[in-house]
Amino acid sequence: MTLETRKLLDKAFSGLGLIAIGMMAAALLLILTPILWRGSKAFIFKGTIEHRRVMLEEFDRGNTDRFPAEMEKAKAAREPIYQILADFKAEMKTMERSTRGEYKSAYREVEQAITVLLGPAPGERTPVLMRQRYGQMRWDRTQIKLHEVLFSEEWDYSIPGAMGVLVETPRIEQFAGTKLEPLFHYMEEHIDEMMRPKTTFYWQFITDKSKDSHIFGGIWPEVLGTLYLTLGAMLFAIPMGVIAAIYLCEYAKEGRVVSFLRICISTLAGVPSIVFGLFGLAFFLNTIHVSDSKSVLAGSLTLSLLILPTLIRSAEEAILAVPRTYKEAALSLGAGRWHTILTVILPASLPGILTGIVISMGRAAGETAPIIFTAAVSVGAPLKIWETLNQPTPALPWNIYNLCTEHEAVDEIRHVQYGMVLTLVVIVLLLNMAAILMRARISKKLRG
Amino acid sequence: MTEEITMKKIDAFAERGNEITGHETHVEAKNFSLFYGNFEAVRKVNMQIPKRKVTAMIGPSGCGKSTLLRAINRMNDLIPSAHAKGEMIFDGHNIYGKNIDVVTLRARVGMVFQKPNVFPKSIFDNVAYGPRLQGMRNRQKLNETVEQSLRRAAIWDEVKDRLSANALGMSGGQQQRLCIARALAIQPEILLMDEPTSALDPKATAKIEDLIGVLRENYTLVIVTHNMQQAARVSDLTAFMYEGVLVEFGKTKQLFTNPKNPQTENYITGRFG
Repeated sequence: MTLETRKLLDKAFSGLGLIAIGMMAAALLLILTPILWRGSKAFIFKGTIEHRRVMLEEFDRGNTDRFPAEMEKAKAAREPIYQILADFKAEMKTMERSTRGEYKSAYREVEQAITVLLGPAPGERTPVLMRQRYGQMRWDRTQIKLHEVLFSEEWDYSIPGAMGVLVETPRIEQFAGTKLEPLFHYMEEHIDEMMRPKTTFYWQFITDKSKDSHIFGGIWPEVLGTLYLTLGAMLFAIPMGVIAAIYLCEYAKEGRVVSFLRICISTLAGVPSIVFGLFGLAFFLNTIHVSDSKSVLAGSLTLSLLILPTLIRSAEEAILAVPRTYKEAALSLGAGRWHTILTVILPASLPGILTGIVISMGRAAGETAPIIFTAAVSVGAPLKIWETLNQPTPALPWNIYNLCTEHEAVDEIRHVQYGMVLTLVVIVLLLNMAAILMRARISKKLRG
Repeated sequence: MTEEITMKKIDAFAERGNEITGHETHVEAKNFSLFYGNFEAVRKVNMQIPKRKVTAMIGPSGCGKSTLLRAINRMNDLIPSAHAKGEMIFDGHNIYGKNIDVVTLRARVGMVFQKPNVFPKSIFDNVAYGPRLQGMRNRQKLNETVEQSLRRAAIWDEVKDRLSANALGMSGGQQQRLCIARALAIQPEILLMDEPTSALDPKATAKIEDLIGVLRENYTLVIVTHNMQQAARVSDLTAFMYEGVLVEFGKTKQLFTNPKNPQTENYITGRFG
């Protein structure tokens, strides 16, 4: 090979490396940007007066002095709407039967859309469901709902070659000439005064309980559940993993049994997480009955099994990387095997073991499948620490899935879904950062 | 300059090597063999190591001198395939016998290794490691032991102000002397040194050699070395090993000036090895 080709190959390889890194960075950006952007909307958004009302009435938070005055203004702005509606109702009664029938269903749609937008009309009795007691709390949702008031939607299936086409007709045309006609202009022009949007910083999203299945409030039960599950899993997995690694490195005699064990551990690392979940259900809950129902305990145990192989592997590698001379030195000073491990080998391998812990902690926090059958429920209160022994908990990974697929108002709570994703990512990031900092400090201490 | 001092030293030590008369045996190998699997690394060695003298072991690489040294405190046990035959008698007991507590043996036979192997702990903790193992918890007693050990290893003045600093921050020569201090802190009777200066520069080597000269007053020293001049400089007795066999063992001056065995002569005159 000539010098020229070697140089060329060298350049080509560093080019490839750059491309690979660039692609990784792009992928990361592509994933993180929407998470950050849309997740941040759970915390910072334009909140309407309804949001402030919910905060005050349901969460005891807000300005009790200024709020009534503001509410009065909003009510005053809304007053003409109810007046127009009443006028139109009276007008309908004077209509002929056939025309009245024509308007009646269309009118009901308008009335309903307004209730969704502004909340129940004054004087109506309070609905049972909490979600029906309030109007739209977010400005972006307000505009969507306003659109529904202003336009009627119909699906046209008559067009050949298309499954169905959405046709929007302005309601103002439907009601042209009636007393309802001015309503639409009024709403379009005065929506600001009726809803009074204000930039809201809702950091309590993390620490608030959720009400009426996440339509109101925050995600504290999920955050707490995730922390319980992760820390619980580490509590079981770290001692087991480290002890197993010590045994494999320092005590076990190399032989068939040990190589078989190692193969088993590697295989265990490749088992799909749903299998761990089913195993957890079958073993921890149905066979040894660690708790009567799903519980944080059962979930933590299942998660600990899931991360055990990673932990053992990394701990083993860290222990094997400790210079043999340390061991010799300790033994030559009269230390027993156990003492050598405790005072010399473990401290020196701690940074490596911590790396393994970091990786598995992130995994335990984010795993969904193992906790479906063993720990997670969709809705629940934040648990006290002793309740983790026998009670299930909501948890971020499971609730992200649940809110995106099974919630009855999926579209209304996009901000909650993204807020949960952002929170989970941040929790994992913080856990990792704490471990990395700890690791850096220990290595620095070891290096001198 | 260095050369001159060294030459002088050879004379001084070699002179002393002549004075050995009636001495007590501290460790005795009787028909001692050590195997790695089927390979016989040490072959039927008979050797009497005297008390409070410096015994050097020389020989070409792979001749079994290090293995023999490590057999004295059973460090070979770390290698799973290693096993011994014959007897190694220390304090009246065969240390390869059934009822020997290796931990106690190693507390009485200290060792210094080829590469300085200080723990990644503070200087104080390094020296206090052995005493703490033996159950010394009293802070004042520990302080005393550490200071005494560091003084004996001639490193006290260099480190007394930074006992809590990490030992890995010291120079190689200092680290090796710290290792010696650490070994001395458990108050051994014998100190084994496995090529203690091979990783050090001449200046640090000179310091360690000086130290050996002082330590001989209180300890039995066994030192393996590749450096024949060093053996001549520091030891009272020298053993020459070749292919696992103890070829010649005698007073250093005699072995270097008038070897009985032609193989020894070939080696020390540099014809092979």
